[in-house]
Amino acid sequence: MNYFKLIVLGLIMILAAMAADWGQDLAYRLHAFLIFIIAFVLFVWVLRRTDEPAAHPPDPSEYNDGVIRAGVIATAFWGLAGFLVGTFIAFQLAFPALNFDWAQPFANFGRLRPLHTSAVIFAFGGNALIATSFYVVQRTSGVRLFGNNLAWFVFWGYQLFIVMAATGYLLGATQSKEYAEPEWYVDIWLTIVWVAYLAVYLGTIFNRKERHIYVANWFYLSFIITVAMLHLINNLSIPVTILGSKSVQVFAGVQDAMTQWWYGHNAVGFFLTAGFLGMMYYFLPKQAGRPVFSYKLSIIHFWALIFLYIWAGPHHLHYTALPDWASTLGMVFSVVLWMPSWGGMINGLMTLQGAWDKLRTDPIIRMFVLSLGFYGMSTFEGPMMSIRAVNSLSHYTDWTIGHVHSGALGWNGMITFACIYFLTPRLWGRDKMYSMSAINWHFWLATIGIVLYASSMWVTGIMEGLMWREVDSQGFLVNSFADTVAAKFPMYVVRGLGGVLYLSGAVIMCWNMWMTIRGAKPAIAHVPNATPAE
Amino acid sequence: MDTYSILRQFADSWVLLAMFSFFIGVAVYAFWPSMSEDRKQASMIPFRNDKPAGSACADCTGDCSKLSQRLEDLTDA
Repeated sequence: MNYFKLIVLGLIMILAAMAADWGQDLAYRLHAFLIFIIAFVLFVWVLRRTDEPAAHPPDPSEYNDGVIRAGVIATAFWGLAGFLVGTFIAFQLAFPALNFDWAQPFANFGRLRPLHTSAVIFAFGGNALIATSFYVVQRTSGVRLFGNNLAWFVFWGYQLFIVMAATGYLLGATQSKEYAEPEWYVDIWLTIVWVAYLAVYLGTIFNRKERHIYVANWFYLSFIITVAMLHLINNLSIPVTILGSKSVQVFAGVQDAMTQWWYGHNAVGFFLTAGFLGMMYYFLPKQAGRPVFSYKLSIIHFWALIFLYIWAGPHHLHYTALPDWASTLGMVFSVVLWMPSWGGMINGLMTLQGAWDKLRTDPIIRMFVLSLGFYGMSTFEGPMMSIRAVNSLSHYTDWTIGHVHSGALGWNGMITFACIYFLTPRLWGRDKMYSMSAINWHFWLATIGIVLYASSMWVTGIMEGLMWREVDSQGFLVNSFADTVAAKFPMYVVRGLGGVLYLSGAVIMCWNMWMTIRGAKPAIAHVPNATPAE
Repeated sequence: MDTYSILRQFADSWVLLAMFSFFIGVAVYAFWPSMSEDRKQASMIPFRNDKPAGSACADCTGDCSKLSQRLEDLTDA
């Protein structure tokens, strides 16, 4: 087997070296060189283990937590990177001089912006989803992860995807589809990694010792399967040459736009909602020490969300070439979607019934509750903004940006922080986080940061929407576009400050994780029972 | 009729009906009275299996590390 691996790695090295030499653009050549280096390191690594006595097979009576530890660290790392870039580009908008001349074209807003969105959604959020899903599927199935080192392939393969996507954006390799910017070969690599992820996840569920598949796994599984489907269809493209990163989309015009927003909105629905609801259904009951409020409601929640979300995409294309019936369909489903969203939020909040005192004593519970609060708020705001009349005011303004961030910073960010605080002590065998007051500091910094962000974007978004449509008595537009940009300056500064607060909260979290992991005791694989079984 | 119209008519009638009845079926299934106990059991899953099922102390409530240490001592002896 090792000889076979060596041959394959050798072939990859040769092909990557050829691609690095003959590649037609910088991004492609850099990525080929990167793959060459990785294949070389793996080659040496495999070679050193060839014809050596085999290592001990993994103990099936222990969960595979190593890959989850790596995932938690990667989540924190990419979170910091994504927040930092986000804060920087927020200030670039306020102070355009920050688009430094010496760093052109690599560090202008246009290239850093997809770096920020992909870093927070796919690197921070994606690593959080992969790590927590591996944690949850083992604990709710009662068996070790399927496929041993396949989970490590998923982890490192996903990091390679992130690095190739991020460096590609900076070097100008993009297919210009929002949240699906990576070019064709990066998409193919992600597909391979994703199939491995599905195999690990499904394999573990097939091996399960529990008769019932816990509801958190349904949400995670729907996230994995739907993202695979969305990714494949939205990235149907033909490379211009096998030796370059440029590709051409198969769909064109309004079909392409509809496919893109079918993808884009379901990335929100299944990546940022269904997957994170999987976290909510496991970690919130676990932290609160009581089962979810209503398991029946969770079944309804799941199926309603699955059935409705997939239709909501056309609301991104009001007043475009898309037929009216399609955008009305998207609008109606978006409004109906409000109900399961709030059903899920209520199910989560009511889990604390009889344990509301924990809100005062447990900062991690407080983070869960705040994240559910923001989930509720943005799933109300979203349906409202999808209504055509509201959308005519809000579309193309910063209101959309504010909405996205109250969901992403409030719901996804806060629940991820809560899960990190839950997981770090358990994965490294510590009693609790190093500093509880640091969690409190993080909580308040992040909360005030989100409030500054969301409120400044509401003000500036509605303001510019109104300014754009303002006409005088003769029917002429009152404001030029540059007038609206100038009027937005103070709100842009406030938004940047909100980002600084949110980022500093994350820095405190990383320090807290570092101190917890370093701890006095050595890190051991045996995880003590920190939570009492009921 | 062209493909679009055929598919569209099918989607607007039978597929809509099928999806809607599936959803109603799920709702009825979730609230079926005799399944109530199963639902309660399912909601307790996160509190079992802090160790893999079948390992020395999968379901124990006390200090598992001590128990597994004791078992190891026994097997060594």
